[in-house]
Amino acid sequence: MIKNFTIFWKKFRNSSRIFLDRFAGKTLLFCSVLILVLVLAMGVGLTLKSIPVLQEISFSELMTGSDWQPFKNKFGFLPFLMGTVYVTLIAVLIALPLSLLSAIFLTEYAHRRIKKYVFPVLDILASLPSVIYGVWGVLVIVPLVSDLTPESYGFSSGYTLLAAGIVAAIMIVPLMVSLFVEVFSTVSQDLRDASFAMGATRWQTAIKVVVKKTLPGIFASVVLAVSRALGETIAILMVCGNMAKVPESLFDACYPLPSLLANNYGEMLSLPIYESALMFAALILFVVVIVFNLVSRLILRKIRE
Amino acid sequence: MKPSIIFEKIAKVLMYISIATLFLLVVSILATIFIKGGSVITWEMVSSLPGGGFYIGKGGGFLNAIVGSLMVVLSSTAIGLIFSIPVVFYLNIYLKQKSRFAYWVRLALDSLFGIPSIVYGAFAFTVMIYFGMRTSLGGGILVTTILIIPIFIRSMDEVAKNFPQDILEASFSLGATRLETIGIVVRQIAPGIATATLLSIGRAIGDAAGVMYTAGFSDSIPESLSQPAATLPLSIFFQLGAPQIEVQNRAYAAALVLTVIVLILSILGRFITNKFSKNKLK
Repeated sequence: MIKNFTIFWKKFRNSSRIFLDRFAGKTLLFCSVLILVLVLAMGVGLTLKSIPVLQEISFSELMTGSDWQPFKNKFGFLPFLMGTVYVTLIAVLIALPLSLLSAIFLTEYAHRRIKKYVFPVLDILASLPSVIYGVWGVLVIVPLVSDLTPESYGFSSGYTLLAAGIVAAIMIVPLMVSLFVEVFSTVSQDLRDASFAMGATRWQTAIKVVVKKTLPGIFASVVLAVSRALGETIAILMVCGNMAKVPESLFDACYPLPSLLANNYGEMLSLPIYESALMFAALILFVVVIVFNLVSRLILRKIRE
Repeated sequence: MKPSIIFEKIAKVLMYISIATLFLLVVSILATIFIKGGSVITWEMVSSLPGGGFYIGKGGGFLNAIVGSLMVVLSSTAIGLIFSIPVVFYLNIYLKQKSRFAYWVRLALDSLFGIPSIVYGAFAFTVMIYFGMRTSLGGGILVTTILIIPIFIRSMDEVAKNFPQDILEASFSLGATRLETIGIVVRQIAPGIATATLLSIGRAIGDAAGVMYTAGFSDSIPESLSQPAATLPLSIFFQLGAPQIEVQNRAYAAALVLTVIVLILSILGRFITNKFSKNKLK
């Protein structure tokens, strides 16, 4: 009797353990699927929301028009698109050489002791919130840009495309450097040794072996950094000047897409089509960032393997 | 001198300049925040709520923003942790290493990681409006949670991925189910979880664009999830935009508070990764 009971109990316990294991598995699967669903839901939701404005105004007109008067039903996104493109372009132009040189130095030249000091510094730079960069931009970069404005241009407040580009550049540098360092460290030491053995200098080895071998990785890192710069909101908003006009020079104010979203969320509810237009702006950002992210992640993954 | 040697020298100088620029930037940012903030901060600013006429330079402080930020960040970190840990275990213990599904989930997480928080904010805002919700503490917590989950999962995942397969197999061979094996894995990746948590808190507390749409802003401390809540980054942003020096000064003080919190988290994270890895098998 007791023996039977123990056997029964053991069987029951084991089957309940297996049941629990499977049950937990299903729950966990559900959580993971939820993540896939979230990405899809955002894409679908933003698309649905932007349909009203697309029905009213054609896609090409939205993208090429530069007249922005929401209450007169005029939604030209060109100033915001160009603002975003220019800010990102300036940011990459400044950040790329800086990050590339720093990363080459860290992987090819620097002693371990020096790395021990540089990496925490990059960590701090990466961990500072966007709004802190904004405050710093307003206090340091904006006056600097205002002083740098050439006489021929006349007066500039400093709240300009250039200031926004500089702040965005500094915000993506830590990301770029850490990605570059990771990419460079996938190159095997043998290749470097072979290059040194042929009499190449360190710099020649760095450029002609390491950089050449990792070009796809460098490209992917830049794309990832670009997508980060595209979405920077608060810091850029604080220094960009917020003028809905296509900037014509570095010392003009600009108005990137994220700033448009951030500035008008309160106002947009007054008109359904206004809301739709802003959601269209969010959709543009979403699509561009997702595509950039996917491309660069796929390349980076290939390299790691 | 050979041209290659000259190039080498020039390149070296350029590299030193780049590294020096990085140091200079960090020093400049921290010095600006600490000097500006340090010279104006008072106890009243961090310990009291905004008084009447706060935004035209009258008395009061930004305690509402400090408490609001803490509420948003602590709750979203807790919820994020509860959601993320199971996914990490599922990806690494339940699924095979070369699983296609795991591949897609990781790719989705990487894409979510890159989406600007303003897009999350805008999306969540329309969803909230659809359900008839107003800007509220609850909305802010929700968006911040969604914002930090990818960071949580991916940074824990990186640690769990390097988990020795042998230990899993040893556990299975003793008859443990996958669920029971989780207990062993937790002990091994505990420092990773701690670092990921600090990383996420750092990201959550500094995010302004996401909560701008969803948590709104308020001068008082929210008493329920349905009331709007102030957050530190937004408080800095709004006050800095004011024309009065007194209000701007409070923005600098708030920036100092935020920077100190973030720096402490960052240093703590580094410390934990370095010190508490002793349970880890190589």
